[in-house]
Amino acid sequence: MSEPISALNGARYDGIATIEELGLQGMITLRGDLDEKGLAKAAAAATDQQMPGPRKAHVTDDSGLCWMSPDEVLVLVPYAEVEDKLAGMVKALGNSHALAVNVSDARAVFRVSGTHAREVVAKLAPVDLSDGAFKPGDFRRTRLAQVAAAFWMEEDGAFRIVCFRSVADYVFKLLKVAAQPGSEVGVL
Amino acid sequence: MLILHCPCCGVDAEETELHAGGEAHIKRFGPGSDDDQFHDYLFMRENPKGVHFERWQHANGCGKWFHAARCTATLEVFGTYRAQTTEPPKDIRDAITAKRPGWVWREFS
Ligand SMILES: [Zn+2]
Repeated sequence: MSEPISALNGARYDGIATIEELGLQGMITLRGDLDEKGLAKAAAAATDQQMPGPRKAHVTDDSGLCWMSPDEVLVLVPYAEVEDKLAGMVKALGNSHALAVNVSDARAVFRVSGTHAREVVAKLAPVDLSDGAFKPGDFRRTRLAQVAAAFWMEEDGAFRIVCFRSVADYVFKLLKVAAQPGSEVGVL
Repeated sequence: MLILHCPCCGVDAEETELHAGGEAHIKRFGPGSDDDQFHDYLFMRENPKGVHFERWQHANGCGKWFHAARCTATLEVFGTYRAQTTEPPKDIRDAITAKRPGWVWREFS
């Protein structure tokens, strides 16, 4: 069997923030009525996390739930377990009007950390990333320059960014430029 | 810069996150309608200087469609509301009346 490799194979850049392409991340798109008990239970069972409210992420390490829209949640599981978790979830969903699909290999994941992480992301997304407006656990779907992306803030103030695998190189280059030494804006 | 509150995800999205979907509350005339009705359905649009109703999609966001009521002259936004309705809800119409007494738009006022 061929060996799966993440989009940029762990590329890293150190500037005013540290940009890391994280390795493979299991991701399941789950669509349905998020208020429905069966669906919330199936999602919780796969991740040991409760269903997050709007624009929130409940993530520990590489397991968690991210609120994508009123009828969509992104389920994060360890990459090696994604097929098992998906099968378990489909079984748990039973006859619920819901859809779960493994999208792991369609995505890339980055981490942006360091004192200027907020600034680096704020240069690329039309989102208020000031301390009071965006906090750990907050999740946002938006764009990074010209491509769709989603991110949430971790407990230590770092950002975890998800984008399509096909634009991983573009996003990495964007983040690198935004994190160039000497490019601090000093407002966040 | 136009900023619309997305009623689906709660984000105050600026226009580069949004996709404009044209005029709101257009009634479809399809099979069984006459040529004039079909022509009007396809081509005739309001072009007001003032109160206007539009469809927008939070494309770079939650992906959902919604409605917005705004003023084309000042860019003032009176409110946004869910897509699943064929007419502006009362609270939106009241908000417009408070700012633009006597407004009329198609059959709404
Ligand atoms: Zn939205």
